[in-house]
Amino acid sequence: MKQMGKALFDKIWEEHVVFNLDESMSVLYIDKHLIHEVTSPQAFDGLKKRGIPLARPQRTMATADHNVPTKDQHLPIKEELSRLQVKTLTTNCENYGLELYGLGHPFQGIVHVIGPELGFTLPGMTIVCGDSHTSTHGAFGSIAFGIGTSEVEQVFATQCIMQSKPKKMKIEITGKLQKGVTSKDVVLYILSKLSSSGATGYFIEFMGSAIRDMSMEARMTICNMSIEMGARGGLIAPDEKTFEYIKGREFAPKGKAYEDAVTYWKTLYSDEDALFDKSHTFNASEMEPVITYGTNPGMGIQINERIPVEANSSEPSAKASFAKSLEYMGLHGGEQLIGKKINYVFIGSCTNSRIEDIRSVAAFVKGKTKAANVHAFIVPGSKQVEEQAIKEGLDVILKNAGFELREPGCSACLAMNEDKIPAGEYCVSTSNRNFEGRQGPGSRTLLASPLTAAAAAIAGCITDVRTLI
Amino acid sequence: MKKFETLTSTMVPLNIEDIDTDQIIPARFLKATTREGFGKNLFSDWRYDKEGKPKADFILNDANYKGEVLVAGKNFGCGSSREHAAWAIADYGFRVVISSFFADIFKNNALNNGVLPVQVSQQVLDQLFLEIKKNKDVRLTVNLPEQFIELQGASLKERFEINAHKKTYLINGFDDIDYLLSIKDKIVAYEEKSKYLKIVKS
Repeated sequence: MKQMGKALFDKIWEEHVVFNLDESMSVLYIDKHLIHEVTSPQAFDGLKKRGIPLARPQRTMATADHNVPTKDQHLPIKEELSRLQVKTLTTNCENYGLELYGLGHPFQGIVHVIGPELGFTLPGMTIVCGDSHTSTHGAFGSIAFGIGTSEVEQVFATQCIMQSKPKKMKIEITGKLQKGVTSKDVVLYILSKLSSSGATGYFIEFMGSAIRDMSMEARMTICNMSIEMGARGGLIAPDEKTFEYIKGREFAPKGKAYEDAVTYWKTLYSDEDALFDKSHTFNASEMEPVITYGTNPGMGIQINERIPVEANSSEPSAKASFAKSLEYMGLHGGEQLIGKKINYVFIGSCTNSRIEDIRSVAAFVKGKTKAANVHAFIVPGSKQVEEQAIKEGLDVILKNAGFELREPGCSACLAMNEDKIPAGEYCVSTSNRNFEGRQGPGSRTLLASPLTAAAAAIAGCITDVRTLI
Repeated sequence: MKKFETLTSTMVPLNIEDIDTDQIIPARFLKATTREGFGKNLFSDWRYDKEGKPKADFILNDANYKGEVLVAGKNFGCGSSREHAAWAIADYGFRVVISSFFADIFKNNALNNGVLPVQVSQQVLDQLFLEIKKNKDVRLTVNLPEQFIELQGASLKERFEINAHKKTYLINGFDDIDYLLSIKDKIVAYEEKSKYLKIVKS
């Protein structure tokens, strides 16, 4: 009997199984572990209580991102608990022999921005982090997923993790994107079709011509938000763009080692006859800019559509949840979002804070000025992104347009630092979650692409960016 | 880890779908560096008003509903991977969460903290909400070894599925880290033979 082809996910998974305990559970080897200040302290405590060392410090990378201020990073952190948490990370890294890219370090930044940027993230790897958006690294053809702190401790102690194997989903995106429509719109569109639980229990592989056409950074945006569909993660088979992106980066293999690695990475794709548990196909040509109106990322509409009148399920609990969501947002079923006044625009987060995002915003706002009512701020994903933006003069363009360029961190994506959106205010945000209170208690988040966010800042209200380009 | 075998308790109904971990424990409470004390901030923004006073219409503030079993709408625990959500639920005193659907990371986090996520069909979930509405004092038995839940008076008895490994560990209070540490030799042997680690020496 002919053996069936393998999916990319299976190829990488099987390569990393130390052994299978039983049908339901595997011990999986982890190539790279990323840590930050919020989800690591209790795991370090666990090591301390057991009196054991951190197993493989060289496979671990640490940064401070969630809590850090985005202004005056050279000064001590004002907020006491944030300062203590960042200090705890520093002490733990010293005690356990880890290099820390903390505030002031040229490599500091959002954990999912610096991993790829430094060549720490490579195809074929298993990568984990105590952060759900670890799925971002899947754009390189790696199995990357978020874990809890107990699992962080497992990796600290043994470089392994106990995992049950998820099912596999294939999402093919055909066609070509229209001008003004970005990979963020693609992923918000898919989310609006599959819902925020549509991929729970699955690992997604994204493929198709629209994915191939995308840059590495655009692909990262797609994989980043695969968790918002409930997926364990999302990955994309590596190609020439991937190899080119990696070449020469700080920790990437060099010379012959790089050539050997590329030879291996070229074997990382799903075979033609690979089986998936579920498949979906979408056509990029039909997609418009997408924006969310509700309190989970699956509640999105194309920019010119109206908010649905009712939940797409007749279950009483679904109806009640839908109504609760619209009430929180101060919106009504059947309402159009175009023209809706907004006072805040946030461009940043591990979803959209890379240099291409900042370039696209700068190119769009050049020669324009933001509306007087809008507070618009851009938070670069890393120190390197910030420096690159300044080198290219983007900071000047942004400043002239009335946008504030801050220092790197997670910032208003989850409002752990002082960057909070006031209660009741709308914020068009390029981040990944519009949950109640996500950007500060009472804040109302509308998720969108960097272009749509920039257009809202210029117009002072929600606008179809395609009318301005 | 705290062992779990069976328990019988009244239930607390929270009939809202897609409850994300930002609602279970908002990000501003994640600045602690220990695992303790998160229960007081469980569902903080739904539970307290701006002045920090309990909101009368939220279920955790209703003295009629108490118990170790939280019954919640589908897709419970979606969003952020913060284990603080599981710590808050455990610290508050819940040992079981019942829903028709759980987000993956939350499910793992709960199991790693002695909290049992019980997944039932939407129909069974709706019936549970209905029974609690009829009688807030109705008790539910959750039997992990035999994998079933049963309503007092036996008006409902339903089997649930659970990962076999996690079940054994929860019943015995075993810890995954102890286990992983016990197979160190296997991990070293893996590292020595791994093709991939040889190719990418990073």
